[in-house]
Amino acid sequence: MKITCNGETKEITPGTTLVSFIQDMNLNPDTVVAECDGRIVKRDEYDTLVFSDGNVLELIRFVGGG
Amino acid sequence: MIKVNEQTIPYQERITIRNLIDTCKPGADLFIVNGFPVSPDTLLADGDICCLIRRGETPTAEEMESLLMARHTPGVHEVVRKATVGIMGLGGLGTVVAGALARIGLGKLILADFDVVEPSNLNRQHYFISQIGMRKTVALKENLLQVNPYIDIEAVDGRLTEESIPVVFKGVDVLAECFDDPVMKAAALRAVLTNMPAIGYVGASGLAGYGDNNSIRTQKIDHDVYIIGDGTSAAGPGHGLMAPRVGIAAHHQANQILRILLGKD
Repeated sequence: MKITCNGETKEITPGTTLVSFIQDMNLNPDTVVAECDGRIVKRDEYDTLVFSDGNVLELIRFVGGG
Repeated sequence: MIKVNEQTIPYQERITIRNLIDTCKPGADLFIVNGFPVSPDTLLADGDICCLIRRGETPTAEEMESLLMARHTPGVHEVVRKATVGIMGLGGLGTVVAGALARIGLGKLILADFDVVEPSNLNRQHYFISQIGMRKTVALKENLLQVNPYIDIEAVDGRLTEESIPVVFKGVDVLAECFDDPVMKAAALRAVLTNMPAIGYVGASGLAGYGDNNSIRTQKIDHDVYIIGDGTSAAGPGHGLMAPRVGIAAHHQANQILRILLGKD
């Protein structure tokens, strides 16, 4: 099935969670803000959010330094 | 017309600096005309810009107001003077953002940090040797009041969390995310997008090292919500945080805060 992530179409396995999707991009989920279909996802929902076909995902990733 | 300490007065023939001292600045002992120091007997010409100074004196609140208003125009000054900005993290970004906002006379700053000044901070953070070991909130407040003693500063000493951010910064016009830790950067953005929809927000990500100046960008991600940086330059071994590039990002943040306040989104 397909979702859109930051404007790009991605093929994913059914059952993929937000947290596993972020980890597959080699990112630490704690450093990523996620919006799914226009809603900001709470951090404690990252493990339980399972994608549906056609979800539109926006990820904002942060790196350290200030 | 002659401009004296940002006030305009009518020009008269054969007028000298000495003629202005009693009315414009009693006790003045340093005189600048058109950018150069002069003697008090210097004859003035129509259109000259004069600055009469009493050395070591702190300008009054009214003097500071009129200086800032003359520099920034009354409309801009009025907005800046009434604004409240929160700054989360008082390191290389936060000290520089706060410094820029204090200099333009921003009404109220809420400064939050849990840390103390360490020697390794001095390569980019606006503290001084004499402040090593001080709480950052206390040290920065002290420094900012040297720049403008008339701004209101609230210090919040302690660790912020995703839950506490909307409480601590309730009522701010704009919130600046100046954390070092990327986990807190993400938590802060999530807190604001979820619980503080009406405020401006300016965060930062990707500013370590000495990479290209122009790769530091201001990116709009929502209405009045911006992230500044190159997005990828993380701080790490061999890729440290340094004053020049952190300063570029910090001044992007400060200018974006000003633009949000002035409705230039």
